Amino acid sequence: MLDDVSFDLREGEVHVLAGENGAGKSTLIKILAGIHTEYEGAMELEGKPVHFSTPQEARQCGISVIHQEMSLVDSMSVLDNIYLGREPSRFGGCWLDRTTQVEQSGKFCEMLDLSCDELDRPVEGFSFPVKNRIEIAKALTSDARVLVMDEPTSALDRPEVDKLFALIETLKKAGCCIVYISHKMEEIYRIADRITVLRDGRWVGTAEAKDCPEQRLIQWMICREISEQFPEPLRVPGAAARLELRNFIVPARNPSQRPTAGGVSLRVHAGEIVGIAGLQGSGASELFQGLFGCFDKDCPGTVEIDGIAFRPRNPTHAIQRGLAYLTADRKSTGLVLPMSVEKNVSLSSLPWVSLGGWLRPRKERANARKHVDSLHIRLASLDQAVGTLSGGNQQKVVLAKWLETKPGVLLLEDPTRGVDIGSKREIYSLMRQWTAERMAILLISSELPELLGLSDRIIVLHRGSVAAQFSKEDATQENVLAAAMGSVAPGKEAA
Amino acid sequence: MKRFLSSQRIGLPWFRAFLALVLVVAIGCAFNANGAFFRWSAHRDMLRQVSVDGILACGMTLVIVTGGIDLAVGSVLGLSAVLFATFSLHDGYSAFTSIVAVVAAGILAGTASGTLVARFKVQPFIATLAMMVFARGLAKWVSGGQKISTAIQQADGTFAYGTLPRIFDIIAVRVCGGNIAVVTLIFLCCVALSWIVLEKLRYGRYLYAIGGNEEAARLSGVPVARAKLLAYGMSGLFAAIAGICQAAQEEQGDPEAGAGYELTSIAIVVIGGTSLAGGRGGIGLTLLGALTIGYLEKILSINAVPESSRLMLTGTIIVTAVLFQRRKNTA
Repeated sequence: MLDDVSFDLREGEVHVLAGENGAGKSTLIKILAGIHTEYEGAMELEGKPVHFSTPQEARQCGISVIHQEMSLVDSMSVLDNIYLGREPSRFGGCWLDRTTQVEQSGKFCEMLDLSCDELDRPVEGFSFPVKNRIEIAKALTSDARVLVMDEPTSALDRPEVDKLFALIETLKKAGCCIVYISHKMEEIYRIADRITVLRDGRWVGTAEAKDCPEQRLIQWMICREISEQFPEPLRVPGAAARLELRNFIVPARNPSQRPTAGGVSLRVHAGEIVGIAGLQGSGASELFQGLFGCFDKDCPGTVEIDGIAFRPRNPTHAIQRGLAYLTADRKSTGLVLPMSVEKNVSLSSLPWVSLGGWLRPRKERANARKHVDSLHIRLASLDQAVGTLSGGNQQKVVLAKWLETKPGVLLLEDPTRGVDIGSKREIYSLMRQWTAERMAILLISSELPELLGLSDRIIVLHRGSVAAQFSKEDATQENVLAAAMGSVAPGKEAA
Repeated sequence: MKRFLSSQRIGLPWFRAFLALVLVVAIGCAFNANGAFFRWSAHRDMLRQVSVDGILACGMTLVIVTGGIDLAVGSVLGLSAVLFATFSLHDGYSAFTSIVAVVAAGILAGTASGTLVARFKVQPFIATLAMMVFARGLAKWVSGGQKISTAIQQADGTFAYGTLPRIFDIIAVRVCGGNIAVVTLIFLCCVALSWIVLEKLRYGRYLYAIGGNEEAARLSGVPVARAKLLAYGMSGLFAAIAGICQAAQEEQGDPEAGAGYELTSIAIVVIGGTSLAGGRGGIGLTLLGALTIGYLEKILSINAVPESSRLMLTGTIIVTAVLFQRRKNTA
């Protein structure tokens, strides 16, 4: 999987590891972390040759990996999680030493931006960004000298990313070296000291970040000339409103609290991509969930699809009315990982594919084949379990599943999360292709440049209501972010 | 031989279940109890003896594929046996009426635990544990704690002996020149029915999807509650059929019948290779698992292994089989 790769880390540097999905970044990290143990060549730590045979060994030598998927125990407290596996103890390790643990906890409060009381609460109550920082704190208790971060910002907002980067700065000053994997160009240049690019398991190049312009980096990664990043918008003449919300409210789980989305009004026309911008907690993804009927309770307000009133009840009903919802987390809410590609593709459209409750395997296969071809999904066989595909291809399977329901309105939440650059491009141009077929798309993206590049209009949510609306021309990163953070935007006010 | 055991094949669950079966049969050939294992009657009896557990295992497979478990099948079997005996022996209902009534009762019991699981989100283990206790109690209440047989107590305390209705003979008899028991045929019909549900029907696909990732299934528009209700309802249906077979074979309705059968049927499903985590497996595997367990018990019994050792051996072999399957799985 890896072939002739050289990689070195200097003290106190942030070394970005870049490359498309499947380029060999994960394999390299697994060798560092002692998960992959069979390799040729040598690894040296501070001048001494090492060969880790277990993850524990790597950890003892000061190498900690923060994975994309969290490794926290949700039901345990923050503090217990931080010390999990390294609890301070007495009497030769058989008696937990709570007192020392609590005494030491002071230093984490500041780092995690939490009060000391909150450290005793279970992890499950905290948001994704906080969990992310807890994960880093956990790595630091083992006196990590090398910290590997695999796409740590894939679900973070701007301010959260800033906090994370500030934390990384502190770590750098303390002499920690950081291997940082990211698909986000902007981030790479903000944080990197040096960049190493891998492609197809081979080392392509290592360069100081300041000597490596973006164009060259992309060429290194994909070995193709890059045309413009986002496809041109298409104007569908005389488009009618496909989806209209008037004063749509998504109540909070706890009825005494402020609704997560309160009184949202918006309209999406056929052939239009409308971007929803908002920070964590702005209610954007709750708005999608409410529309799709994911909550058991009723959402007040008026919704019209193609001019006909629609009351969200449950996902089955929403799909029948032509809605499709691509969730942010494809592994836990988008795909049935042990099931085959073909079965995943047809999962939502079985009522149409089957006849009187009986499956029609030939029709199913033909449908799946059609999407695999048109979306360029790379796979060995349609019977392959979808969990064995790479991130980009998995995402295309989710898209195929929704296309098969012939939706009128697509709700896309972070459609390119954890997807390599090549697939990202393909997904962008597919989205344009669908709008040309008169679909309407509502888009949430945690990457602001992507949101701005793709959307025809941007609606900014702040604390559950529409704070501002921008046309494509007026929308800049600065004023969208300003509106999302609640300051009075220089753009047009909400209609 | 090498090609037969190619690594590609060995990764397939059905092939591993098949290997386990071959292994057990090979053990039977080695310990053949002076040739008893080579006589057709041994195999015929094995098939008859495993049928009732096998019928339960069909329903269990449907439930386990959704990631659930149904502990109530043994008790529902007991309840059905008692009801069937009461209806046909004491109340004099026709065979058809009794069967329809008992099957309806079984489906009702299954649907009740299904409702608890699907609608009220009770954990399957707890919901079906409650149903297991409740159905056993109901069976004892209906029968007054007595075995229901053709002996009917009269008002003056004496016993009058009724005749055994023909339906009992029809189920308990062997057909095809005495070569195969009717209960075995019923078992095979149940396997076929489950196969159709799991492989040919839309709802079968939903069962797998729910077991694989319930939240993703729900967001994909799968009617999760309805599909689960179907699985538990079918499990109740199969338990009722098994109860009727049991009553016909014993010529009575024993309120204690089926105690512990839920565990045997879970063992059959697991030894076949269906994952208790849900989402993987199938009815073909359960059929292979039923044969494996059936042969195992038959070999132990023809070799006159005492019950104490038999139980210990069975436990050991189940664990061995499961470990064997898992190691191949990761390879």
